[in-house]
This record gives sequence, structure tokens and C-alpha cells, in this order.
Amino acid sequence: MSYILKPKVHHPSLQKNAVGLTRRDYEGAISTLCAGCGHDSITAAFIQAFWELDIEPYKVAKLSGIGCSSKTPAYFLREAHGFNSVHGRMPSVATGAAAANRELVMVGVSGDGDSLSIGLGQLCHAIRRNVNLLYVLENNGVYGLTKGQFSASADPGSTSKKGDINSMEAIDGVLMALTLGATFVARSFSGDKAQLVPLIKAGLSHKGFAFIDVISPCVTFNDHEGSTKSYAYTREHQLEVIQADFTMPQEEITTEYAPNTTKRVQLHDGSVVTLSKVGEDYDPTDRDRAYSHIRELHAKGETATGLLYISPDSVDMMDQNEAVPEALYNQPFDILCPGSAELDKLQQRFR
Amino acid sequence: MSSRANDFAFKIATANGTGSASANGLIMQAIFRMGIPVTGKNLFPSNIQGLPTWYEIRVSKDGYNARTPNFDLMVALNPATYAKDVEEVQSGGYLMYDSSWPFDERLRRSDVTYIGVPFAEMCNASFRGVRERILMKNIAYAGALAALLDIDTEVVVQLTLEKYSKKPALLDSNRKAIALGFDYVKANYDCPLPIRLEKMDETKDCILIDGNTAAGLGCLYAGATVGAWYPITPSTSLMEAFTNFAKKYRTDPITKKKHYAIIQAEDELSAIGMVIGASWAGARAFTPTSGPGISLMGEFLGLAYYAEIPAVLFDVQRTGPSTGMPTRTQQGDIMSCAYASHGDTKHICVYPADPKEAFEMAVAAFDLAEKFQTPVFVLSDLDIGMNDWMIPKLNWDDSYKPNRGKVLNAEDLEKAEKFYRYYDVDGDGIPYRTLPGVHPKGAYFTRGSGHNKFGGYTEDGDEYQEVLDRIGRKVAGAAKSVPSPVVMKRPGASVGIVTIGGCHGACVEALDLLAADGIQADFMRVRGFPFSEEVTEFLNQHETNFIVEQNRDGQLRNLLLLETGVPGSKLDSIRYYSGYPLSAHHVISAVKNKLRMAA
Repeated sequence: MSYILKPKVHHPSLQKNAVGLTRRDYEGAISTLCAGCGHDSITAAFIQAFWELDIEPYKVAKLSGIGCSSKTPAYFLREAHGFNSVHGRMPSVATGAAAANRELVMVGVSGDGDSLSIGLGQLCHAIRRNVNLLYVLENNGVYGLTKGQFSASADPGSTSKKGDINSMEAIDGVLMALTLGATFVARSFSGDKAQLVPLIKAGLSHKGFAFIDVISPCVTFNDHEGSTKSYAYTREHQLEVIQADFTMPQEEITTEYAPNTTKRVQLHDGSVVTLSKVGEDYDPTDRDRAYSHIRELHAKGETATGLLYISPDSVDMMDQNEAVPEALYNQPFDILCPGSAELDKLQQRFR
Repeated sequence: MSSRANDFAFKIATANGTGSASANGLIMQAIFRMGIPVTGKNLFPSNIQGLPTWYEIRVSKDGYNARTPNFDLMVALNPATYAKDVEEVQSGGYLMYDSSWPFDERLRRSDVTYIGVPFAEMCNASFRGVRERILMKNIAYAGALAALLDIDTEVVVQLTLEKYSKKPALLDSNRKAIALGFDYVKANYDCPLPIRLEKMDETKDCILIDGNTAAGLGCLYAGATVGAWYPITPSTSLMEAFTNFAKKYRTDPITKKKHYAIIQAEDELSAIGMVIGASWAGARAFTPTSGPGISLMGEFLGLAYYAEIPAVLFDVQRTGPSTGMPTRTQQGDIMSCAYASHGDTKHICVYPADPKEAFEMAVAAFDLAEKFQTPVFVLSDLDIGMNDWMIPKLNWDDSYKPNRGKVLNAEDLEKAEKFYRYYDVDGDGIPYRTLPGVHPKGAYFTRGSGHNKFGGYTEDGDEYQEVLDRIGRKVAGAAKSVPSPVVMKRPGASVGIVTIGGCHGACVEALDLLAADGIQADFMRVRGFPFSEEVTEFLNQHETNFIVEQNRDGQLRNLLLLETGVPGSKLDSIRYYSGYPLSAHHVISAVKNKLRMAA
């Protein structure tokens, strides 16, 4: 988790929200991710969403695992506790924190390696438990920090920067979440702030596990034409020595499109993703419909985005456990400890 | 055999899943109610139904509670194990068997008295249905034992009344079955046997309890609010106990809401992750597990150590390596807990010897974990955790206040100019921490990656080392806070016997028997790690220390060698690791052999 401290400068004319804070108050350290990284756009969306929701930053706990995406909690909400845990295990840490203090606003940031490979089991079970947590999967299909291996979300037929062709099926976090009974499932694109910010706000507001898969291009390791022999050939023979630690600064990829339309977006690597926004007549409370909608679009080579499913009667983990509505961590000791008289009494059972 | 009241052992051989556990418990409890010190050891298979299982009961007027491998009476009710069971009877002893079928004459021994009782025949005639016939056969042997050993029948009647007062049908069946066994034996054999019971008054301030129940109760009393676990033998009953106690004592009487959360995790990795998350957010959180779970938790334990997050783990040890024998006992995790995880780590451990200490050390573990902001291991074992032990009643001091450690609250933070998570303000190596959701000034980033004393990320060698050194000092400082060793000295002692955890009873008994043979030994049982000065001093005071433990490699000896600086020449090793609880005779014969060889 590397970061550079960002000076906190307030301009008097900056707009304040209902709790008297400006957007600047929701920022964190300066990102050390590659320039143009999709993850930085998601960070910006977090800042916007928290500010718009008037959430006091210190009431938030932001957790992550390991990887590029997991660095990002350092880049927003400097006044919130952050927890960069171990690879793929953020869901369990978040589950424990949610059990200890259910009054926290919790956000978990993860990547496709963290969520769909090493941490697949933990993600699945956090979904099953319906932990009250916004879980954002920053999905770029590649292992960036270890320099470009396929992740479990890489599509079959796609190529790595080295030129290897991925032969395995991709794990689609969204379909998986639906299957596991997730109570909030969405997909978005890092460059589509107009869609992402409302989704984050909706996810933070959802009581239960809110899963948002955000397609987030990796400028460094997806910066190649998927299956072009010549590109790979050239790289292997001319650029191998220096390519890994040299990244051309690039513009963020952004796109905007109206509901019920599709849009082709060219990514940094030259590949194209067709995003299809769900229409205003779409019913996001029908789990089976959501599933078939995503599958239908997938068959056409399109990716469904937007709020795909939400359960109107979500019961989160702590309510399932019938826990008291207050946080457990600071319950008065006399409520927790039955005392000596009760100990004497209960020991009659052991005679 | 001459009359031996209140000093003998007997063993009951059955198949598991047939309901023998309740009959065995009944017998044990009846002896306890007669005021006689008694211990039970359940030797059971890793199986649900049909495999051999044994229950050993030792009656000792002197209060010795270690396992004894010498049985004066065998209740052999499982033909599958007849050969082994016949072999284990002491010369001059007794063997009771089900005479509904002929006994294999090849297994007869001339030095053993055989007591045939037609349990199956009688129960088939008196009860209906396969289930009841099998269940009542067990109760019938309890009745037969009551006659043979002179168990107070009033006590037995009272116990069945207590147990089945709400189930009148079962009460009738039980009474009938007891009478079947009792009357048949009375009518056909000389009762009681020379090994028999006589009322004493040695148990009135005691209870019969297993270590897992006591530890679960300790978690309740310590104020733990979050428990996360993955079921694993032999630790499962710890969480079951906590669940039952919490349901009773922590459910709001009006709203019916719970002042606790128990989460059954998908695996041990997740269980410890939840404990770490909950502790980070300020709760007292714990997980019960066994050796395989500790192995899986390794990575997370390093995070908790380095990021300085409290956690309480109960390792109810079983035999390893790998799956090992899940229903047999061992002390095989001494090393793996002390240094769990990669990199330089060292963990605070406490080692209870019985259920009383399991209760007390459960409470102490939460205080240690929060005081030192680090994982704390309570290393119990299957024998302590799952067997019923007679212990003095548990006490609770109502003036106890949990030591929550150095946690800054909103008021502290409001007054503070700046908060640095890993700054050694007080010079004791223990920094201050804050909890999420309390105050904007308390925010910091928790990470397992390199960090400096201000809590910032670092790849600077000096900054990294400064923090790691301080954590080393912090944990070393815990030596003064862990439970001090139990030391017993004898005049004229030349050697030391040093042990850990559940070996206590066997060693104490061995000390007495060795003394009777003219060998005086001092005794020390270590109860905490890092080792205190007192441990080192004791070892240095003796030219020879016999380190008694239940594992193959002498893990306690090796840990003492590594951590105290006492030369290896002073540390001899006695190891027993068959998976059965240690007996005094193992210790005695090993000590005698070693002394003979040294002479």
C-alpha cells in the first residue's frame, strides 16, 4: 500500500454538504497507481458518493485485501479507518467488524484476483451471510502487481501481454452473486461516473451485502491487442526488457450513454466492450429475469450494466442473528458478565 | 484380591452410538455424589456409530486424577474388542460380559474372575423396540455395576429422577433397567466385590466439568461478544457451551435480542479473519480450534501480530501431524502456536492443566490479548477439553474489570493533538490504538505491509526495523503478565520434573510414588509463554530437569532450550505421545531408567 500524502487545502468557495464537508474532505492520499488506471476513477466515484450521501467519513470502515484494487482505500476518506488485510480474506475481516459494530458504514474494495481466485470462498460466504457491506470488485481481468497473469475473470480467448491465450471459462462475479442469493447485484464501468456514483450510493444504502462488479481497465497489462501475433512478437523480441516498468500516461477512458441503449467502448488495449444499460422498464427485483437478461446479452457479446438485482426484503447477518440493534463492542460489562452469584447457581448442574 | 475401597479403576467397552455415554456419565456422577474423588476418560473413535469405544473410570481416595492403564474390572460389552479387553485386566481382576451369548473359551484367563450377565436377553424380554432394547442394555450394566461396586442406590435413583423428571416414560424404563442389572448380579454373585466404594466427603466443594465447557463459560464471563468458528474435533463443544450459556445469560429479557454474535465460518481461515475484524472494531472475540485449524490460520496470525490486533484462540490439541487421530489427545502444537506464521513472530500462549484453569485462563487470555494487542493462544487438549474432571468449584471476583488495553476514546482523541498508531508513547512497547467509528482524529490505516511508527506505509529498512523491534520488546514484556509457573519443591530434591498442561496429574502422582521409592524431585509446570525469569531460574537450579510432555519431538524442551538460554545438558526429555492421556507410571519408569543409566 504505497501512497503519497496529499495536502489538505480548502478553498472557501467549495460547496459543502449537509454535514458541512466539502468533497476535499472525502479525499485520501494521492494514488500511486498507474496514470489512467480505471481504479482511480472508481476512487473518485466513492468520494462523490460519500459526499453526496452526507456520511461523516469517520463513521466509515474501508477494508480491502491485496492487489492494485486493494490499495485504493488509502486514496479516499482519510478520516475513516482503513484495513488492508491479507489476500482474498477481506470478507471475513469485514464480517467480524460488522459483527462487532453494526453501526459502521462498511465498504470493501477488492479485485478479480482477490475476489474470484484466492478469495472466492470468502466472497461466496459473505454473500450467503448477507453481511451489511458494500463490496466493490474492481475487475480488470489481470494480475497487475505480479505483472500480467490472467485472472479468473479473463474471458476465454483473450491474450495476455506476453501473448498467452486464456483457454478457461471466466468466472462472472455477477452471475455467481445472483446464484448465491445476493440481495444487491450491480455491474458498472469505471469510466461511467454517471452510472457508478448512483450505484455506490444505492449499495451503501442497502442493508445487506451489496455487490458491484466494476469493469476497470488496466492500462499497463491490458495495453495490447488481444490476439495480434505481430504485437506479441514485437514485444517479445524488442520491448521485453523495459516494458514492465514503463507506462505511457494515458487519458482516462470515459463514456456516457442513455438508458436502454448500447455503447461500444474502446479500452486501452484496443479491445471493445459493449455496455448495455438496463432500461427503465426492467424489474430489478426478479432474480431469474436478471439472470436470463445477463445471459441473453452475453450471448450477443454485450455486457449488462446497472442495478441488476435488489431484494426488497433483505435481512442482514446481524438481524438474522437476532443481535441487539446497537454495536456489540462497547456493551456495558455488567450486561455481559452474569457475576459470581449466578456462577454458583449454574454450577449446581455440574454436581 | 484384598479389599480395596475407593482405590481402583474400571473400564467399560462398548460400541459408539449405542447410548453408552449416558450410562457411563451416570456411574461417574453417582460415585462423585458419594463424595469419592473420581475421573473419567472417554476413549472414542472418530466415527458416529458402530466402532469400539471405551470409558475408563478411576476412583482414587487420594485424589489422583491421571489415567491409569491398570484395570481391576473390565465391563466387556463389545465382542469386537473382547481379546484386547481381556488382556487389559489386572491379574486377580474381574471381567463382566453379556452372557446372552457364549463367551469364547479361548479368551478365558485363569487369573481373572468372569461375571456373566445376560443383558441382551433380559432387555429383549423387558423392553420393546430395537432402540429401547439397546439403550436400556447400557442402563442395565450401570445397575449391575451398582451392585458389584456398592454404589449407593439412592444416589442412582435421585440422579435418574433429576435427569428424566420431565420424561416419565424414560424414567420408568431407566428404573426398570437398573433393577434388571442390579437384581441379577445380587442374586448370582457375591456382592460387593473387594474393589468397592465407600462414602467419603471429599467432593462437596467440587464440580464435574469438561474443559471445553469451562472455557466457554470463561469466554462468557470475560465479556466476549463475538465468537467465530469452524467445527473441528475436539474443540466443537467449546463453542456449543458458549452458545448455550450466551443464549441463557445474554438474551435481552424484554426484546429477546442477543448481546453477542456467533458466526459459523466456512473454514478456519475465515474464522480467524472474523475474530481479527471484530477485535479491530473493538469487540472481545475468540475462536476455538485444533491443530489443523492453527495451520490454516497461519497467514492471518502474522497479520494480527504485525498489525497489533488482539485475538483469542483456543487450540484444543489432538494428535498430529495432518489429520492424525482426531479423537486422541496430544500436546503437539506447542511449537506451532509459539511461532505461528511466516517471518519473525512470537505469540503469547497460556497452558491450562484442567477445566478450572481453562476457565481462568480463558478470562486471562482476553486481558492479555487486549493489553498487548496481539493474538493469545490457550493451549488445551482433548483430554482436558472433552473429559469430565473433578475440580474445585469455579470462583468469580465481582470486582473484576476487563483490561481493554490502551484504547483512546472520543474524548481522548478530541483532546489529542495528533494520533500515531504505532508510536511507543509510554516506553513499554505497547502503542495506543483507536477503534473505527469513534472520532475523525483516530483514523489510521491497518496493514500487514511494512509500516513505520506513525502507521504509514514504508519500505525504508530503518523505519521497518524500528517497529519490528518494538513489537519484539512488547511481546517479550508479556513474560511478566502470563500466568506464573506452578512450582513445588521437596527437601533434598536433586532433579527437577518440568511439565505443561494436562500432564500435571500424572507428574504429581509420580512425584509421590518416586518419593516413596526414595527419589525426591522438585516440580515445575509452566503456564505461560514467553517464559518468565522464574522458569529459567528453576531450570538453572537443577543439574537435570526431566521435561515431561506429550509429543514426539520434545517441543516444550526445545522451546525452553531456545528461549531461556539454559544449556541443553540440563534439559532431559520424557515424552509420551500414543494419543492416550499420560499415566504416572510412564513418568516413573522413565525417570528411574534415566537415573539408573546416569548412575
